Amino acid sequence: MTEITRRKERIDRKIKVLTEDIYAISSLRTIVYILLPRFVFIIGMLILPLMISSMAWQKILIISCIFSLLAISYDFLANFVGIVCLGGALFIGVGGYISGLLNSVLKLPLYFSIPIATIFGGIICTLFLIPCLPIRGIYFAIVSLMYPLLFSRVIQALEIFGGTDGLPGLDTFPNIWFELYIIVPITLIVTFSLRRLVNEDFGIVLRAIRDNEQAVIASNINVNRYKTSSVFIASIIGCFAGAYLAHLYGWVGLSLFALDFSIFPIAATVIGGGGTLVGPVIGSIILAPLSEMLRAFGPLRVVFYSLILAGLVIYKTEGLVPFLERKYHKTERWVDV
Amino acid sequence: MNIILFGIVNSVVLALLASGFALVYGVSRLANFAHGALYILTGFATWLFMNRIGLNYLLSIIFSILIVTIIGGMIYRLLLIRVKGLPASEIIASLAIGIAIMEIFRWRGFISEAYMLPPFIKGSLSIMGVVIDWQRIIIIIAGLILMLSLWLFTHYTKVGLSLRAIAQDRRASMMAGIEPDKASVIALALGSALAGISAVVILPLGNITVETGYSVLINAVAVCIIGGLGSWMGVLGGAFLLGFAQILSTAFLGPNWQMVIVLLFIIITLILKPSGLLGKQKRLEERV
Repeated sequence: MTEITRRKERIDRKIKVLTEDIYAISSLRTIVYILLPRFVFIIGMLILPLMISSMAWQKILIISCIFSLLAISYDFLANFVGIVCLGGALFIGVGGYISGLLNSVLKLPLYFSIPIATIFGGIICTLFLIPCLPIRGIYFAIVSLMYPLLFSRVIQALEIFGGTDGLPGLDTFPNIWFELYIIVPITLIVTFSLRRLVNEDFGIVLRAIRDNEQAVIASNINVNRYKTSSVFIASIIGCFAGAYLAHLYGWVGLSLFALDFSIFPIAATVIGGGGTLVGPVIGSIILAPLSEMLRAFGPLRVVFYSLILAGLVIYKTEGLVPFLERKYHKTERWVDV
Repeated sequence: MNIILFGIVNSVVLALLASGFALVYGVSRLANFAHGALYILTGFATWLFMNRIGLNYLLSIIFSILIVTIIGGMIYRLLLIRVKGLPASEIIASLAIGIAIMEIFRWRGFISEAYMLPPFIKGSLSIMGVVIDWQRIIIIIAGLILMLSLWLFTHYTKVGLSLRAIAQDRRASMMAGIEPDKASVIALALGSALAGISAVVILPLGNITVETGYSVLINAVAVCIIGGLGSWMGVLGGAFLLGFAQILSTAFLGPNWQMVIVLLFIIITLILKPSGLLGKQKRLEERV
């Protein structure tokens, strides 16, 4: 053991302190300081589809946006409500199948089937998850992980909704720009409206539920109502992603219930940093192309993937966005102990 | 008769699969999601020792169980110890390690039907008109011996008693000079050894495949949840309930329904009684 003689000290930048209350709008410099990161993120997301030219990478961008919607809903439930919900595959599957059925059986065009699937899928997922709301932590995680497995087995066993073959021949979007400029703005809107929501009174109650449920009950607040509405919010986000995915491929099948949709959002949240809501989006945009590139390695891809995940969880728990946030807001210097 | 006999075999198989998981969870409060990976690791290691190095069956079994035991201990000592107490991180980390181990085998091409272990005694016998092969009888016997020796171990040896103490009251046993981290390493090593033993006993019934690892994990978790996490009798009860439910559903509804039944059981148990059938979180004598 060497003796520690100095340590790192972190101090807020002067401008950070200036921007903390209403005086932030008094000078252009402080306004720019506040708005710059958001601006970079929004403009970056909007320009990104224009910068990549190949069709394959544009598809990957779409997929990463779908995953980032799932990751946002996971992050929202896990870090703001305290419900660890691995139901990404459930949301995707329910949303996708409802949209697929509406489109192939009732012949509704996709402009109607996607919104209807979003709302009804959200309601159905919430109804399934309501009985599990009193249980917390790992138990809720296991139940929400089991639902998609159960649904896919039931569909397989009963041979309903096309059985193992799925429902082919759904409507697809007219062209790739249309696909891109639906999903990218929606990702942005979802991110920023959830960020707003968690800072409203509603969000304060949610965070209180996460920290101490008993105290919230003692304050005469109906915990179940809040939990149900937050699960509903998360499921409509997921179900939209599912319905969109169904029309993107023009096909729904049992692979919509695949475990990937439950695991990937966690990985993205771990990389981007939990509790930030922007982190999961950035994590997905990093992770999805990465896993596409690793596809060249065949089965080894999953090995790399899980090793990276384990390494990040064990050694670097902070995540990318909190790290950047710290660099942006604080200066560091060495001081003698 | 057919159903009863195969139901018992299936239940013992499930109990064997779940025992390692339950032991680890009971002592260290750590859901070891790498359990399935350790299971198939033993299978493949035994196969490699036999067919690549050319050891005889018994020696390769012993070596592979030893290796898995060491790996299990190392996983805790080197990796999982850092995320102790963060349930989500524990699960993600151990699942990721498990998937990495399993997918390495898939990458190395261990996916053909050639990978199977020979049964201990070939042939079969008939009990009351039901033909049953010796390997299934051996499974039952091995299960009984394992349960008995585990019971003796946790009741009459110093290490076993310390494990039980940690499971019952962490603080008090720390005061008595038991290191929880050491106990957890031992528990994980033991749990991995149990996974290994169950693997070499059960795997001769079929091929060794990577998918087995995943289904083993699901089954082990299912049994532990239904029986109650951390309850020893619960594991047995859960195993028998699930074992017979699987056999009955396969017999009357068809093989497609087997997994549906397992998943339904898990979900219903979790919703109605999250601590499991016998898992009384407060009554401490039942743990380990």
